[in-house]
Amino acid sequence: MERTLGKAARFVFGETVVELANEDPRVLVLDGDVATSTGVDVFEAAHPERFLQMGIGEQNMLAVAAGLASVGFVPIVSGFACFVVSRALDSIRVLIAQTGLNVKIVGGYTGLLTGLTGKTHQIFNDIAIMRTLPGIVVLAPGDEEETRQAVRAMVAAAGPVYMQVTRDPSPVLFTNGYHFEIGRSVVLREGSDVTLISAGPQSSRVRDAAEILARHDIDALVLHVPTIKPIDQEGIVQAARATGCVVVIEEQNVLGGLGGAVAEVLAERYPVPVVRIGINDTYGESGPNEALLDKYRLSAGAVAQQVEGVLARRKEPV
Amino acid sequence: MTRHPVTIPELEATALRARREIVKAIAHAKGGHLGGPLSAIDILTALYFSIMNIRPAQPDWPERDRFILSKGHSSIALYVVLALRGYFPVEELRTFDAVNSGLQGHPDMTALPALDMSSGSLGLGFGAAVGVALGGRLAGMDFTTFVMVGDGECNEGIIWEGADVSRRYALDNLVVVVDKNDLQQFGWRKGVIAERRPPYADDELRDRWAAFGWSVSDVDGHDMAAVVQALEQAKQAEGRPAVIIAHTVKGKGVSFMEGDFRWHNRVPTEEDLSAALFELSGANVPGTAV
Repeated sequence: MERTLGKAARFVFGETVVELANEDPRVLVLDGDVATSTGVDVFEAAHPERFLQMGIGEQNMLAVAAGLASVGFVPIVSGFACFVVSRALDSIRVLIAQTGLNVKIVGGYTGLLTGLTGKTHQIFNDIAIMRTLPGIVVLAPGDEEETRQAVRAMVAAAGPVYMQVTRDPSPVLFTNGYHFEIGRSVVLREGSDVTLISAGPQSSRVRDAAEILARHDIDALVLHVPTIKPIDQEGIVQAARATGCVVVIEEQNVLGGLGGAVAEVLAERYPVPVVRIGINDTYGESGPNEALLDKYRLSAGAVAQQVEGVLARRKEPV
Repeated sequence: MTRHPVTIPELEATALRARREIVKAIAHAKGGHLGGPLSAIDILTALYFSIMNIRPAQPDWPERDRFILSKGHSSIALYVVLALRGYFPVEELRTFDAVNSGLQGHPDMTALPALDMSSGSLGLGFGAAVGVALGGRLAGMDFTTFVMVGDGECNEGIIWEGADVSRRYALDNLVVVVDKNDLQQFGWRKGVIAERRPPYADDELRDRWAAFGWSVSDVDGHDMAAVVQALEQAKQAEGRPAVIIAHTVKGKGVSFMEGDFRWHNRVPTEEDLSAALFELSGANVPGTAV
């Protein structure tokens, strides 16, 4: 299946914050010495006075951001997700989540595909961690256009936001007629046999998986959930109602991430079988993207195969 | 009139009254910390009654000087000073540590508008202060950001991350006071259990901050005239951030609490309270009774 690749989310992020800073004097960018990787080096070139190099010290970077927000700025903190989330978590918890200060946290290199870095630089529970902190909006945009709009929505929103930004180009999901809105999920494909739910660029692989399933006479509904928190409960219930069976697929640990969020909604609102596909409570490793997607069973083909397995099991008597 | 001019004897009398309120509040709440608040209180009194440009009736006044108590467990000292300064009624001190109170165990800016930042997880308030000072600079505002850290708190890595960044941005609008009371909660043993090592020797702490490029000064943190002078001088620092190493005594003012690590967070009994209030009555210090 040939898909048109969009621009990598990290470069879209960099370009968009430059534009936003042109429009809004409150916008600042803080970098943890990884700007040439995360794509915000372009911000230093465009707005040198508003690019704040915090060096290799994530705890302090997040704390400084809280201080800047208290004076009225909109600091956008950019770093690798693994470090801004887990290393600086206490700064986020106490100074940003508990205070509600208007800090935007952008975790780069999220998910499995982190450019040959290996497990130290891969974090599979940033969604699980951030969505359990009261007071933070959590976003996982799926492609170039959605990332562009999500960055704008993040800055426009009042209060703390965490946004995942992936490293590599991913297939186009949306045209510029699309309108991203915080808290709203999007049906990428209608279907009646099974509902597939995903976020971030994984949604493009899930959409492809649905095409494979269609060739096997399985009609899958694909729901893309770019806002993990506040989660679109109505959209998820409606999608579950349409098929009666849900599979969540994510580049995250199966514990506590989008799968957890969906299961929580459906267990209380519309109990149907929910199966979680993702990183099976293990750490990652370095490797080329295609090899990683194969090994961790997140490629379109691997997802289709697992979904078929789930449906086959459902037909067996309990 | 945004300044509240007071003489040194008036500041001393205010600090003495603040000590009484601290001990009473902790005894009433049956919890909290005593040693640290009593070592910090002279400095906090000097800041809020003499040094800082503030408007208690308008706590969100954008031009105000900022203060962050990074050693957030000494919250009661800050609450007492804020109450005495008129941010809220002194009677509210009775709600310290109670459910729904603005006076949470550790400072919560969402619960109390007088606070410039939340703190309590050690080291974070300092990092936030770096951001406040940097923000003031970027916004072209000329307020000063004061932040108090403990000497034990200087164990935290974020202190040195922030110290490094502050020097790189030449934040001469940032003043740090280290409340060097020479004890942390438990710390390292010296000889017998009751004897603990100071977190840092005097030279050690001075040298560390100096090595990070800061302007370093020392002061007796219980000599009000000296504290006021040291804060005024630090505020005038140019080209680099300033740190004042304030030499203090944990539990200062109550003889049986002074220098005893166990009073970090011990709750006074009725007898302790009476004895402490008697010592803090000012009866034996001419001219300090309020």
